Amino acid sequence: MTSKPIYVGADVGASRTKVAILDGDKNLIGRAVRKSGTDFTATAAECLAASLRMARAAEGDIVNAISTGYGRKNVAFARDSRTEISCHASGCYLYFPQPITIIDIGGQDNKIIKLDEAGRRTSFKMNRKCAAGTGAFLEEMSARLDIPLENMDGLARQSANMVKLGSFCTVFSATEVLENIRHGQKIEDIVKGVFFSVIKRVLEMDSLTAHVVMTGGVVAHNPYLVKMTEEMIGRRILVPEHPQFTGAIGAALYAMNRDQ
Amino acid sequence: MPEEKQVVRKKIAAAAEVAKFMAEYYLELDKAAKAGEPKIAWCTSVGPAEILRAMGFLVYFPETHSAMLGATRMATDLIPEANALGYSPDICSYLTADIGAFLRGVTPLAKAFNIDRIPKPDVLVFNTNQCRDVQDWFSWYGARFKAPVIGIHTHRGVQKVTESHVDSIAKQMQALIEPLEQVSGAQFDLNELKRVVELSRACSDIWKKILDTAAAAPAPLTFFDGTTLMGPAVVGRGTQKALDVYKILLAELEERIRNGEGAVEDERYRIYWEGMPVWGRLSAHSKLFAGLHANVLASTYCNSWIFSALDPEDPFTSMARAYTELFIVRSDEAKEKYIKDMLDFFKVDGIIYHDAKTCPNNSNCRYGMPQRLEKETGIPSLTIPGDLNDLRLLSDEQTKTNVEAFIEQLEENR
Repeated sequence: MTSKPIYVGADVGASRTKVAILDGDKNLIGRAVRKSGTDFTATAAECLAASLRMARAAEGDIVNAISTGYGRKNVAFARDSRTEISCHASGCYLYFPQPITIIDIGGQDNKIIKLDEAGRRTSFKMNRKCAAGTGAFLEEMSARLDIPLENMDGLARQSANMVKLGSFCTVFSATEVLENIRHGQKIEDIVKGVFFSVIKRVLEMDSLTAHVVMTGGVVAHNPYLVKMTEEMIGRRILVPEHPQFTGAIGAALYAMNRDQ
Repeated sequence: MPEEKQVVRKKIAAAAEVAKFMAEYYLELDKAAKAGEPKIAWCTSVGPAEILRAMGFLVYFPETHSAMLGATRMATDLIPEANALGYSPDICSYLTADIGAFLRGVTPLAKAFNIDRIPKPDVLVFNTNQCRDVQDWFSWYGARFKAPVIGIHTHRGVQKVTESHVDSIAKQMQALIEPLEQVSGAQFDLNELKRVVELSRACSDIWKKILDTAAAAPAPLTFFDGTTLMGPAVVGRGTQKALDVYKILLAELEERIRNGEGAVEDERYRIYWEGMPVWGRLSAHSKLFAGLHANVLASTYCNSWIFSALDPEDPFTSMARAYTELFIVRSDEAKEKYIKDMLDFFKVDGIIYHDAKTCPNNSNCRYGMPQRLEKETGIPSLTIPGDLNDLRLLSDEQTKTNVEAFIEQLEENR
């Protein structure tokens, strides 16, 4: 068991809760993710316990803890909160200290955040009041197609003839999916079309700068989305080692900075 | 546990005077509606109220009534009534909420002033400077009440206000006189119009002074205060009573400036609001910003009732000019110049654009204006999707996160 000081970030998203632990050198030494469920406080506590086990640390080692995300006000062990926009920016800049555009695809919202060379945020955008282009859209489609969410990435990769979906709306897209099933389209081609729809919705939110970083749970579990996006924008995309944890890592960085 | 910020906001004492003014205004209308005299004219918010007042009408403004439907959060449930009649959920939610309220037989005036119905119009007079929706709105009521609907069709996208713009509007205003005389039964008196225009100009001038107090740091009032304090400027311009109320309000705000009292405790960020208020969230938004030490202190919206061109010596032409110089009917280039002047005058740190789903004419963020202005001024902006009255079109959590993230951005970039 270490007695080194540690810094905790808790990202309570609409879909998943993530906790990250950084040591004093900003190394990610502990992390955990759980479904957010209905009791955000309990889920965050569970994630903290698991992260501490991974970090081989104890609660007494925590110097500071900051929460972020949709449920940021429900984290009992956090001393303060910061929005997920700031935390994703901070977390990404740790790994890519250069001017970047961050595309974060979360369970219920998307963000496009632009940073300058000093890591200062120059702009941000969140999706409008619509689930199109988010993880919720993929969840809805996996239910419609009756395939497990975790199988979608593999299926999309098998597609040779993608089916394009035209609608903005999740509900209308679902109708389109059913229509394509009725017309005998292959499931993998429809799934790739679903992925394509997600990327289109995200890319129309804002322009991109030269260096693009993709993060979020949807990206973590569906890396083929990154490959498809690279093909669409014609350049390489940077992805941190743990794309689902950048918000939590950013929160831990704020915890560290506020302590200093 | 991160705590929700406690908000301390000092109330404006003169708000009680404004509330009293509004109560008396509606009670006078109600009395007239019941007695059948004086005659009642309905008018759009930036319509030719001066002409109507000079001809002896009491003037009722449906937009103000619908804003009350929004502020009391009655609107959202009423909108579907109008939708079912063929008025789309995508058009003005002032219109749909107001017609919905009429169909349902409800009004916020009941709870506020014990008035059970809106006053029946003898004539309805619109100016399309706000939008085409006001004409449709008035036409529906005109048919319902079998009352004449007359109006002014404005120019749009005006870059520079020319004599031909002004002449054409002035002629339309003069053309209203004859039909209005037929309804009122009285002859038009130019001297009376001059008197009313003089009072209206004085009201405009003092309202401008009130709003300009927000240039002080800290600012003594907020945009959210302004949206309710502007009642007399909208419904009472051209009357002495409106002036008297505003003198009290201005004195209080000037006193606050002398004492260094801000409307928001420890004001750190100065924000400009472009677009309509979200009427059903005035208090929530006021608290949200104040909790972040941000004061939304100036807006295009509250400034829309400043008519500095009004000149009692030349009432028709000057009214035509005042109602054509309006922000809402101008080109994007003219609007951007106006906003830049405001940002400079009020020493603004950031801009909030409210993209009101059902109010395109007051949603100036849809054609690249935020990006152009940010490039020119370096002042960052945030666009909030929402609506003036239809609360189904909001996401409160998203608004909160967006606003908090925006203030964090201002903080980090200092």
